[in-house]
Amino acid sequence: MSYVKGLKCRECAREYPKEPLYVCEYCFGPLEVNYDYPKIKKKLTKKLINSRAQNLWRYRELLPIDGDPIVGLQSGFTPLIKADNLAKELEVEELYVKDDSVCHPTLSFKDRVVSVAISRAKEFGFDTVACASTGNLANAVSAQAAQANMKCFVFIPADLELGKVIASLIYAPQVVAVEGNYDEVNRLCTEVANKYKWAFVNINIRPYYAEGSKTYAYEIVEQLGWHTPQHIIVPVAGGSLITKIRKGLHELKMMGFIHEPEGSNPEAPSTKIYAAQAQGCAPVVTAIKENSEIIKPVKPKTIAKSLAIGNPADGYYAFKTVMESGGWGEEVTDEEIVEGMKLLARTEGIFTETAGGVTVAVTKKLIESGRIPQNESIVISVTGNGLKTQEAVTGKIGQPIKIKPNINSFEEVMNEKITKSYK
Amino acid sequence: MSIKVRIPTPLQKLTGNQVEVGCSGEDIKDLVDNLEKKYPGIKARLCEENGNLRRFINFFVNEKDIRFLQGDKTQLKDGDEVSIIPAIAGGGSLSFARREYV
Repeated sequence: MSYVKGLKCRECAREYPKEPLYVCEYCFGPLEVNYDYPKIKKKLTKKLINSRAQNLWRYRELLPIDGDPIVGLQSGFTPLIKADNLAKELEVEELYVKDDSVCHPTLSFKDRVVSVAISRAKEFGFDTVACASTGNLANAVSAQAAQANMKCFVFIPADLELGKVIASLIYAPQVVAVEGNYDEVNRLCTEVANKYKWAFVNINIRPYYAEGSKTYAYEIVEQLGWHTPQHIIVPVAGGSLITKIRKGLHELKMMGFIHEPEGSNPEAPSTKIYAAQAQGCAPVVTAIKENSEIIKPVKPKTIAKSLAIGNPADGYYAFKTVMESGGWGEEVTDEEIVEGMKLLARTEGIFTETAGGVTVAVTKKLIESGRIPQNESIVISVTGNGLKTQEAVTGKIGQPIKIKPNINSFEEVMNEKITKSYK
Repeated sequence: MSIKVRIPTPLQKLTGNQVEVGCSGEDIKDLVDNLEKKYPGIKARLCEENGNLRRFINFFVNEKDIRFLQGDKTQLKDGDEVSIIPAIAGGGSLSFARREYV
């Protein structure tokens, strides 16, 4: 049963069939999935969602495949953690962390979008899936392609963190390391995508792929008892996730699923959405601060390699999403990113990768500057796992205390080296 | 005035299959109007109804993105080369110009 009418240009609204298309032939704008919402509304209820397994496919009527999903059947429905220790440290009352660092199977939110993309690619009859990636997407595509029994090519910048490279290689795809930054990898992949008949999840399958990110928002709302958070901070790379989070909230509102505050705009979700970027690559945050619709590409230079996209494909839409929601954006230094990773780990026992460090550090900045009030509900979006970016914290988190295997040796250091809080 | 304008593949059927055409114009806006006189229908592909350039088409003047110059008011002179490149790249259009990083 399909709830997809076709594709539609986001700029000029021209309609297209639900094929592997991604650019409007008329105005060159990006295409987006066009759903039959009245039909979905008749089928999808909170009761039905509740009866389904705890994975992202519990919202399947709002996802763009015709049949049944074939991969990522345990993806999504990650924990929403009430972060009381971190809340206390940041002096706020109600703070949550949506934790995709444990998303199945490859420990990032990309498992959501890839589950949708590969299921759809199989429906189209492709036998090879591919992507351009800053790391997490390649991991997800490699793993789920293996599960789907499809051939796989992933293209990454050659200087990617070792953890991310290994976490793709293990599934035996072809890993192509391009001597360039992500923007150059992506440009190359567009040429490859046009020449070879492969399903590039973030190019010719992009309109379907992108829809998977909505589930991040659906889950947050469901896990808050069908309430929306007042503020959500989201890391921004290509700009797709933040845009789809707002779309997801909007769709839940359309479905009539959520309790919104009295007097809120019936046409738009009330959650304020904030963009988090690294100082070394902040084209969207810069646009927000300058109130400029034009996103100026930059040459990225930051340890947050997963966010190192200097020319974000959905940059304009990310900007619009933030501005229309009444949110804001902030950027943080590499040092602040590491402190953010350490802060989250120390207070809540969550080890997120550099992108998560960006988000935590930006949240701290937004609270301290008064942008986010202390007495409203806040969700920090964690999108990937810290074990994949160990280089970022190596040398900055101390060392084990070395002793000889006897109690005297231990007691010597107990007196000298072990910190006060452990005595 | 003679300005070289490189046409992206999807629009070449409007320019009699020419990859490159000559045209004139004081600035980009003027150039587009003059292109429309020679190749009817091309302006609607390049501009929205209100006359603003479409968001997902980039114009480069001598390889500089006009978004970082004066937009559609960017002045042109004899011998300038203008490239029209869809923002979401596809097909041969990538080979026309480099992106300028800020």
